[in-house]
Amino acid sequence: MLFEVFVRPRRGLSHAHVGSLHAPDAEMALRNARDVYTRRQEGVSIWVVPAAEITASSPDEKDAFFAPAADKVYRHPTFYDVPEGAHHI
Amino acid sequence: MYGNDFAPLLEQVDSAERDLQQAAGRDVAAGTDLQGYFDTIVAADQKIEPRDWMPEAYRKTLIRQIAQHAHSEIIGMQPEGNWISRAPSLKRKAILLAKVQDEAGHGLYLYAAAETLGVSRDELVEMLIDGRQKYSSIFNYPTLTWADVGAIGWLVDGAAIVNQVPLCRCSYGPYARAMIRVCKEESFHQRQGFEILHTLSHGTPEQKAMAQDAVDRWWYPSLAMFGPPDTDSTHSERSMAWKIKRFSNDELRQRFVDMCVQQAEVLDLRIPDPELRWDEERGHYAFTQPDYDELMRVIKGDGPCNQERMAHRRRAHEDGAWVREAAQAYAGKRAKSAV
Repeated sequence: MLFEVFVRPRRGLSHAHVGSLHAPDAEMALRNARDVYTRRQEGVSIWVVPAAEITASSPDEKDAFFAPAADKVYRHPTFYDVPEGAHHI
Repeated sequence: MYGNDFAPLLEQVDSAERDLQQAAGRDVAAGTDLQGYFDTIVAADQKIEPRDWMPEAYRKTLIRQIAQHAHSEIIGMQPEGNWISRAPSLKRKAILLAKVQDEAGHGLYLYAAAETLGVSRDELVEMLIDGRQKYSSIFNYPTLTWADVGAIGWLVDGAAIVNQVPLCRCSYGPYARAMIRVCKEESFHQRQGFEILHTLSHGTPEQKAMAQDAVDRWWYPSLAMFGPPDTDSTHSERSMAWKIKRFSNDELRQRFVDMCVQQAEVLDLRIPDPELRWDEERGHYAFTQPDYDELMRVIKGDGPCNQERMAHRRRAHEDGAWVREAAQAYAGKRAKSAV
């Protein structure tokens, strides 16, 4: 079975995808992931996820899929003019 | 070129990693048609990712190149593994074990990258074992003495690094990321080889002679690792246009020679080339080309160790079958009892 591997590099950081590997089950996948992806203390925590269980957005639709965010600049703080003299905002 | 060619290896890798992140932040006005989108992303030095559209030939080229690279890492464990049981000290043995384990790891990163292109691991393993896909011809040479372990680290890993650092900038994301990881780890490999040779070369006259003999035997095969000369290189131009490849075989070979000359002085070992001299006009060392007929013969299967390497790999694969089956059966049993 193909597993995708995610490693948390240090406390306080999110797990990030590092690659994949084959294993008969999740437990073996974890052990293999330790040997393949953390030989130099690259992580403090590992997730393994069966690749077949991941649902991904399609690259072909990415324009339409992400378009709703494009015209909403007011979601960014830089959109707003802060009047002079206002502190801590 | 990317800044100073002689920047320390790890700096070059870091700079490739920084550029990767920087390029990703750039806004690219990519067209809507598939080929146009692909071309724009490649032109902007951004990365093509597994589910993006790509030309079929790009996919095939990458599968061939990444698979061959992965196979080389796996077969590459054999020549050095040969010396694990005879390493001269416990320290050297622990280091060599870690290095050979790294080669296995590199093979696995690369197989994982190849699989993102739609080829299965089983297929890749089959293609190595039945000879449909190749591995680097360098691993068909024998490791006759302990000094060979040093020469492999210094010259073979050194040549591999010169080849691989530009691959950290390859246009295919999973390959570029795997190479960044590989290169960071290779740097230890090259240094441990250099240290072995330096220790031997500053030891007894016999030890020094052993180091020189190893360098004499590994020098030309290492030069051949960069492949045939540009005039005979078949896939280069297209791979360059796709930014899979960044420099030609001859450019990389020259870079390697230029680096080695000074390092050989520090080692106090001689590079076995009577024609080696500084060419003022070109700003590079002039050197004798490796024997490309020999390279072709070794690639075709007629090197000193081709049969041994393949037989060993096949045997290891077959001998491991019961382990894979047992693990599978155990996983199946546990899944059933969990229901």
